Amino acid sequence: MKVPVAPPRRLVEVEIDGRSVRVPEGSTILQACRAEGIETPTICYAENLTPVNVCRVCVVEVEGARALVPACSRTVEPGMKVRTDTERVRRSRRLVLEFLASSVDLSLAPDLHRWQEVYEAHPERFGALMEPAAEGERDGREPGRHVPVEPGTAETVAQPVKIDNDLYVRDYARCVLCYRCVEACGDDAQGTYAIAVAGRGFDARISTEFAVPLPESACVYCGNCIGVCPTGALMFKTEHDLRREGRWDEARQTVTTTVCPYCGVGCNLELHVQDGEIVKVTSPADHDVTSGHLCIKGRFGFTFTRA
Amino acid sequence: MSASPSDVERAAVDAVLGPPGDGDGRVVRGGREVRGRRHLLLPALRALQARAGWVSPGGLAYVSERLGVPPAEAYGVASFYAMLSTRPRPPAVLHLCEDLACRLAGAEELAAELERLHGPEGEDRDGRTWLRSPCLGLCERAPAALAVHAGERPREVACAPLGQTELAAFLAGGDVDGGVGPAPISAPQTADPEGWASLVLLRRVGRVDPGSLDDYRAHGGYEALRTAVALGPQGVIRELKDAKLLGRGGAAFPTGLKWELVAQQPVRPHYVVANADESEPGTFKDRVLMEHDPFALIEALTIAGFTAGAERGYVYLRGEYPHAFEALERAVAAARARGFLGPDVMGAGFAFDIEIRRGAGAYIAGEETALFNSIEGRRAEPRNKPPFPATHGLFGKPTVINNVETLVNVLEVLRVGGPAYAEVGTAESTGTRLFCVSGDVGRPGVYEVPCGTHLAELLTLAGGVRGGGRPKAVLLGGAAGAFVGPEDLELPLSFESAREAGVTLGSGVVMVFGEGADLVDAVLRIAAFFRDESCGQCVPCRVGTVRQEEALRRLASGRTLGTREDELALLADVAQVMRDASICGLGQTAANAVWSAISRLGVFG
Repeated sequence: MKVPVAPPRRLVEVEIDGRSVRVPEGSTILQACRAEGIETPTICYAENLTPVNVCRVCVVEVEGARALVPACSRTVEPGMKVRTDTERVRRSRRLVLEFLASSVDLSLAPDLHRWQEVYEAHPERFGALMEPAAEGERDGREPGRHVPVEPGTAETVAQPVKIDNDLYVRDYARCVLCYRCVEACGDDAQGTYAIAVAGRGFDARISTEFAVPLPESACVYCGNCIGVCPTGALMFKTEHDLRREGRWDEARQTVTTTVCPYCGVGCNLELHVQDGEIVKVTSPADHDVTSGHLCIKGRFGFTFTRA
Repeated sequence: MSASPSDVERAAVDAVLGPPGDGDGRVVRGGREVRGRRHLLLPALRALQARAGWVSPGGLAYVSERLGVPPAEAYGVASFYAMLSTRPRPPAVLHLCEDLACRLAGAEELAAELERLHGPEGEDRDGRTWLRSPCLGLCERAPAALAVHAGERPREVACAPLGQTELAAFLAGGDVDGGVGPAPISAPQTADPEGWASLVLLRRVGRVDPGSLDDYRAHGGYEALRTAVALGPQGVIRELKDAKLLGRGGAAFPTGLKWELVAQQPVRPHYVVANADESEPGTFKDRVLMEHDPFALIEALTIAGFTAGAERGYVYLRGEYPHAFEALERAVAAARARGFLGPDVMGAGFAFDIEIRRGAGAYIAGEETALFNSIEGRRAEPRNKPPFPATHGLFGKPTVINNVETLVNVLEVLRVGGPAYAEVGTAESTGTRLFCVSGDVGRPGVYEVPCGTHLAELLTLAGGVRGGGRPKAVLLGGAAGAFVGPEDLELPLSFESAREAGVTLGSGVVMVFGEGADLVDAVLRIAAFFRDESCGQCVPCRVGTVRQEEALRRLASGRTLGTREDELALLADVAQVMRDASICGLGQTAANAVWSAISRLGVFG
């Protein structure tokens, strides 16, 4: 249980979809919507990270604003009039989902499948998907130049998975560039700064310096990037291998919550166990010790259980 | 990753950052003091590029170490800018403009010639190569190129017009001539005594020695600053409000209000920034002003600093403007030496100094919040607004940011007074405006006319459509603007008339497409431009600019998915989401010109 330390906040009255809503001052539109039970899709937003408002799937209409505004980061103002279900909002959300589904492999992002149905997205209308890029080709793309694809095909981020260490893999064909991993690696959790966004435009990508393999980078293998990845682009090597062998089966898995045995901090661990073996370790994002983040020992130091 | 810099790379970085603290370079101190110098990241990366021809792993590692910037982040910055290369690049590069005005002047033929004589773009032959470049802002002298030589004595030379001779000279290992064009070519009105008399913003262009502070003062320079000091900050703001001066960068925000908002902020320090990242295809007015009358910008920015309570000003100059940089750098040094910048400006009791920062090839860096990030040593990604620059600008502090032309207008406001200034132009659009007339016209160049002047008059002033007759189309406002057809030539060039007509004057681009012009080619180029220049941060723009270009290519090639109507409906959807949901103006306007060509001109009809 968290002990409230902040003084109680003043309430602000706003109007959402015609309903009058009172929320604490400083709340975001998203928080206000959720308090009202209005379902709002999000991709880049995570409760344990600073909002970067880049995916734009949570956009809403605010009276007086020319463009739509991201609900995840815009704070409410007294008298603000918000609409979350107008034609403009629905169209933008649908297009954002279509853009992502037509350029990124979302097969491990079930939430996004559901949202695509809700918003009637048809990503196939942009044409046949382009052949995956050769290994490393996307890492070498230069800003300000591109080769247009054959008419009729749609450009994608498809590329081979990066496997350069024993602990986790990076499958950037699944990357929606939500910046979450960069935040978790940097300011918001780990302070390691091993990865950042490189390149520009559609060729922007998550990268180490000069795309060097992780063992040559500053990575400390805390795995916090995996913990926040919404699309399965970052994944435990154990999970990746089981999936490749067709043996990954969440229905057969149990999740056991325990406390990390390595030091005295008291991090909560969720051990995902399949066939008597730990296959993945997570921590709850709302846990007040970890906020979902762990270190290399808690995240990956479980192989002794097999000894 | 561990890579070591070469001695020359180390020296190039040290020349920007100063020698490492401990003398032998083996110990680097960290902490806030080092990280507080992150704003020197882009200058240091530029120095590496200029010395070595690319940003090598060793060079980047050294910069990262010196500034306490994580290597991955420094790489993220280096790989953002087109003029920096994170792969080995030959020391001599000819950047050939492939943008709209240069296409009308035969840029593709020159590219074909380069391919024939040299080989494909980027190929290294004897330490030379050529690359395609977006608009270089030399449209009045199209076709244009920028020759960049890395090495011990790095050089950058604008070359326009680029002919077969210059091209052959570059490939043969020689130098290209060029640099600053003659004023009467860039601003034809300055050559004509009658036309000159009506000029305000261009008054000194071609008449004043851009290298001489004395000459500037002999032509009325620094009188406006004296007036400003006499009026006081409140007085200056009142004059600007009376003048109803609106920003000339594209958004038309009232300048007086902007300055007042910042002046009122209790948080310190305040900053003032001149947005000289003139990158909108077809725009070159600020370049002409800075190359021919650099002190005007220095003086105007000083007035902004005085008024807004800032002691430091920045000029963020686009990387492709080497000659404007030289002119400004000389002007700042001269002003500083003579007490027009420094701890006690003109003995008037206020401190102000200016730093010039150069971009490195990114259109998006002209977006004001992206520009702040660029100065701060981050990727030039726009920030979400609110908060606005008036409260959270450069380094998170209250900041005035104005376009160069807007700032130079302030001199005129103070010269004649706000009410007199407002008598020129229309009721809502006061004063004069600079228009960058290019393409198929008799005398391309920067023209200064009162706001509200009809488009047809402006075209007549510029010598009419080349070859006579009516234009097939005119692009107003650049790639982010809109096409109008020959039936729209009576359009008054004012903010309100443009708004009514559903177009924008943007940065003053007036690009003329004659009878023979290929509009499909122009539309495809605009789409490719936005695809190249999107920063990639938000989904609507990152993917939308790609999907827009793909759909247009399908239409152009006749290989549509479904019917032509299906494709147009798809394009409309893409345009809508970019306009509604993108973070910044780039995405929000990336479909404007394309749509205007489809709806007004019937391209793909």
